[in-house]
Amino acid sequence: MQFKRQIADRLNGSWMIISLSTILVLPLVIGVGLYIKAAPLLEDVSLFSLIFSSEWAPSAGEFGFRPFIAGSVHVTLLSFLFTAPVCLLAAIYLTQFSTRTLVKIMHPVIDVLAGLPSVIYGVWGILIIVPLVAGIAAFFGTASSGYSVLSGGIVLAVMCIPYTLNMLIEVFNTVPSGLKEASLSLGATRWEAVKHVVIRGNYPGIISAFGLGIAKAFGETIAVMMVVGNVVKVPGSPFDAAYPLPALIANNYGEMLSIPMYDSALMFAALLLLMIILFINLFFRYLIHKTKRQ
Amino acid sequence: MKSPDIEMPESVVEILTPSVAGKPALKISNLNVHAGDHHILKNINLEIPENRITVLLGPSGCGKTTLLKCMNRLTDLYRELEVTGTITIGGDDILNSTTDIPALRQRMGLLSQRPYPLPVSIFKNVAYGLKLKGVRDKRLLAFSVEKHLREVGLWEEVKGRLNAPATSLSIGQQQRLCLARGLAVKPAIILADEPTSALDPTSSKIIENLFREIRKHYTIVLVTHVLRQAIRLADHVIFMHDGEIIEQGSPGELFENARSDKLRAYLIDGN
Ligand SMILES: Nc1ncnc2c1ncn2[C@@H]1O[C@H](COP(=O)(O)OP(=O)(O)OP(=O)(O)O)[C@@H](O)[C@H]1O
Ligand SMILES: [Mg+2]
Repeated sequence: MQFKRQIADRLNGSWMIISLSTILVLPLVIGVGLYIKAAPLLEDVSLFSLIFSSEWAPSAGEFGFRPFIAGSVHVTLLSFLFTAPVCLLAAIYLTQFSTRTLVKIMHPVIDVLAGLPSVIYGVWGILIIVPLVAGIAAFFGTASSGYSVLSGGIVLAVMCIPYTLNMLIEVFNTVPSGLKEASLSLGATRWEAVKHVVIRGNYPGIISAFGLGIAKAFGETIAVMMVVGNVVKVPGSPFDAAYPLPALIANNYGEMLSIPMYDSALMFAALLLLMIILFINLFFRYLIHKTKRQ
Repeated sequence: MKSPDIEMPESVVEILTPSVAGKPALKISNLNVHAGDHHILKNINLEIPENRITVLLGPSGCGKTTLLKCMNRLTDLYRELEVTGTITIGGDDILNSTTDIPALRQRMGLLSQRPYPLPVSIFKNVAYGLKLKGVRDKRLLAFSVEKHLREVGLWEEVKGRLNAPATSLSIGQQQRLCLARGLAVKPAIILADEPTSALDPTSSKIIENLFREIRKHYTIVLVTHVLRQAIRLADHVIFMHDGEIIEQGSPGELFENARSDKLRAYLIDGN
């Protein structure tokens, strides 16, 4: 009996290790695969000029990824700028101040928004946001088709809000009510208690929710691709069109592969995307680590 | 003592009179708390004597914590609770006033069942209430922090790591820290909800001795399930059952000559 239990214990242990290592190895395998495919380009052109050059003329053998990196960064940052305050305030309101009925209504709404396929957000963006942005641009005296960084940022923000909001709600719900009561009993107002206990006590959780949101936004493809215009140029203003990295890959893979190195270039774009998302994650891990120690 | 409250039944006044030495620090009349159909507190009438330890006894779920939360309006946090009646401190009806609730709560220090240190350093935990009051003077804050940490017997243990997170302390130390930060805002009344239930005998003893010590300056309402602790500390005892006050009076009256069957049964179970 004892023997059997020990065997079962060992077996279960090894299964867990196997599945865990699969998960651990997967990103590595993908990374290595992409690297091998991108290697021909890397042998030809220096990494520096790939990342910092703005010359994009595949048929002439010019591969400068700066417009795509800039496009991705602009759209993501803009979406973060919209998402962060909205989610933070909404999560605080829903967990600290709102009635139970409102919470009960909001939960399914958030879940539906989170579950909508991104192509629907894209269509919605084309129908509503793009004309709106064109109108705003006209108001400011700039001509814009509406297919722009701003449209991409707004659509991306709307897509990321349910995702980030859910994470923040989960974080804020872990605050025990006794802690809030302690703060209030010492003479804090409702808002002070929220600030000191709910927000300050949860910096690591808030940062990690934002980090995951940004990483998700950076890789989001379809919806953004439908509204940003896809023009190879470093965007100069929110009303300019842009061409984010994921859109580059999705739009071109499988086509024009007769052009030498084009295949490699797209693989390099994918590798770049992987690296940037990895970097974003590491950066936020570091921030969380730093705030936790305080 | 002149009682302006005509609604209080004669018998209650009788029971109260012998043990209430000082004037009442807090007076509750016709307090009712409902949560939907659930009648949590049923027509509570009582006086908490000043500079005494009033022990609140009763089986689990009878409404002791709810009663304490009414006294510093923490019931406001729960929309489902409907509170009616009056609670007066020094002539102010705190239940129906719209006045400064944070200031009111500072007059009623709350010590909860489990310690809830704020997610900041040990020093900042104790300085928290004073800072909310607007005290900015560093020397004054440092002085107050040391004074109250000494008062709860924690100073020697933590003086070398005042900037460490409060959560790094042991549970017993955290509970004493919570008491220190409560005392630092100079409350008139201390509401202690089973303050020693999570503590070892030594830490419990420290808190008990402290209560005995500070009752000269504070009025204490203590909820406890430990009968022996109640006997050791009580100047005045209130026994509740299912949202009602069954008996109240001096420890002698209640512990030696319980009148109701419910209290007698409770005392037998507790021994
Ligand atoms: N916010 C609330 N909503 C609904 N019911 C509540 C609420 N708060 C308390 N109650 C109910 O009121 C009753 C009294 O609860 P309370 O916490 O005051 O009991 P207690 O005497 O402190 O018990 P214990 O000794 O176990 O701490 C319980 O039946 C509880 O379920
Ligand atoms: Mg209780």
